[in-house]
Amino acid sequence: MFPPRFAYQAPRSLEEAISLLGSSGDYAKVLAGGQSLVPMMKLRFASPDVIIDINNLPGLDYHRAGPDGSFHVGALARHADLEWSSLLGQTQPTMAAAAPLIADPLVRNRGTLVGSLCHADPQGDWAAVMIALKGQVVAQGPAGRRTIDMKDFVTGPFETALAHDEIAVEAVVPPAQGARKGGYLKLERRVGDFATCGAAVALETGPAGDVIKAGIALCGVGGATIDAVDAADALIGQPLGPAVIDTAASLAAGAANPGSDHRGSADYKRHMVHTFVTRLLTSPNAALDASMRTAA
Amino acid sequence: MTVVRDDPGAAGEAAGNVPTATIRFTINGARKIAEIEPRLLLADLIRGGTGLTGTHRGCDTTNCGACTVLVDGVPVKSCTMLAVQVDGRSVTTVEGLAGPSELHPLQEGFKAEHGLQCGFCTPGMMMAAKGLLDRNPDPTEEEVRWALSGNLCRCTGYQNIVKSVLWAARKLREADGSDGS
Ligand SMILES: Cc1cc2nc3c(=O)[nH]c(=O)nc-3n(C[C@H](O)[C@H](O)[C@H](O)COP(=O)(O)OP(=O)(O)OC[C@H]3O[C@@H](n4cnc5c(N)ncnc54)[C@H](O)[C@@H]3O)c2cc1C
Ligand code: FES
Ligand code: FES
Repeated sequence: MFPPRFAYQAPRSLEEAISLLGSSGDYAKVLAGGQSLVPMMKLRFASPDVIIDINNLPGLDYHRAGPDGSFHVGALARHADLEWSSLLGQTQPTMAAAAPLIADPLVRNRGTLVGSLCHADPQGDWAAVMIALKGQVVAQGPAGRRTIDMKDFVTGPFETALAHDEIAVEAVVPPAQGARKGGYLKLERRVGDFATCGAAVALETGPAGDVIKAGIALCGVGGATIDAVDAADALIGQPLGPAVIDTAASLAAGAANPGSDHRGSADYKRHMVHTFVTRLLTSPNAALDASMRTAA
Repeated sequence: MTVVRDDPGAAGEAAGNVPTATIRFTINGARKIAEIEPRLLLADLIRGGTGLTGTHRGCDTTNCGACTVLVDGVPVKSCTMLAVQVDGRSVTTVEGLAGPSELHPLQEGFKAEHGLQCGFCTPGMMMAAKGLLDRNPDPTEEEVRWALSGNLCRCTGYQNIVKSVLWAARKLREADGSDGS
């Protein structure tokens, strides 16, 4: 298999990339890690006329903490950079738990977090993580930069709020007001499979252990990433005890809208949402401790 | 009225209207220049363009890892990268592992520990393992399994592949030690 013909551009600056996008007509596509776009082009699900390869743009492969405690992931930070990052392990438990569970190690060497968000696959893991963290995407176009809340960024399956001449330059997690806790659990049939069920939990707790901010999001259990707002709201102002955990897990399972397919029945998937949310709230950060990131 | 005209497509292509790009890259240390269509996949540049057929094409859908090569030292699936993207970069394939007369410890390890049966997955396994050992010379069994989890084998059941990589890691560490460095 090979992709249909296209014209190829590999600009050396962001400004050049944006102006190329602007002048390339209707069907130009940004190429980041290529781990979704290239397979789609080979299968002829995508036939862009022009490919703007952003891999040569300088200074976009970062992930770093901002002075205000916000966290920034540049457009060329690969899944593997995040998987092996000690900074992520120390400061971003939900992201750190998810990174090793994306695809397989070879795909993680190329694919990017920002590319995943732009791809907007309803089964993508990073969208659930970034929704739970109430994150944002920074887009740059001819008129400058704008910040788009994750909840407004994805407008449908494989559709985003980006204009045709905008590039997503980074993803941002806002600063925490309390102690950050959380995790990500994913049920997959084998390495490299998309989630049968994925659950992201991001919490901030006050000095007394009460929850001051909460996000719970699901993937694989509906036609879109599910923001389980009611489940998260049920935690606010409470310490994490068995009763409130069960309430939140039940609300999250209720928010799921899975179909029955080769990955499992709808009932099974909903049950798994309950189990995962319960586990994540009972011992947040546990998934993190169990992962392989210490291997670097 | 109905008008039927010749399709200019084929003629236009013959006249050289197909977009091409010139790339410079190294493969197993040798410098190359190639004139290619941007849609050419790296796997095809390697197999068809340079004739190095040790890089296998298994699934062609980014699932099996048989096509794994190193690009600037990082293992990637060459069926899922455009050849134009290696402009200015270095590519290492399984043919680049052995020295002029001796096998690479990974190749020796696969031989010693019976790490292959049909051998189809083996080049990809070795290149993924090379990526691991370059980063982590003393991996645990669990870390080897983790690093190879994007590479499928239909024959061996993986046990001996993992042993082969651990064998190679030991040998490489011993060689490093005996250098007195
Ligand atoms: C075998 C396999 C298994 C996988 N398993 C998983 C999995 O378990 N979970 C998961 O979440 N994902 C999975 N993926 C997808 C993988 O995570 C991709 O890396 C990711 O979806 C896309 O990131 P990319 O950088 O490769 O983007 P690309 O493939 O380069 O691009 C994807 C889309 O986003 C657009 N785009 C990319 N970057 C930008 C940007 N900066 N600005 C504007 N538009 C942009 C492109 O134009 C394109 O439309 C898997 C992929 C494969 C091949
Ligand atoms: S041939 Fe490339 S992953 Fe299977
Ligand atoms: S040895 Fe036959 S596929 Fe691995």
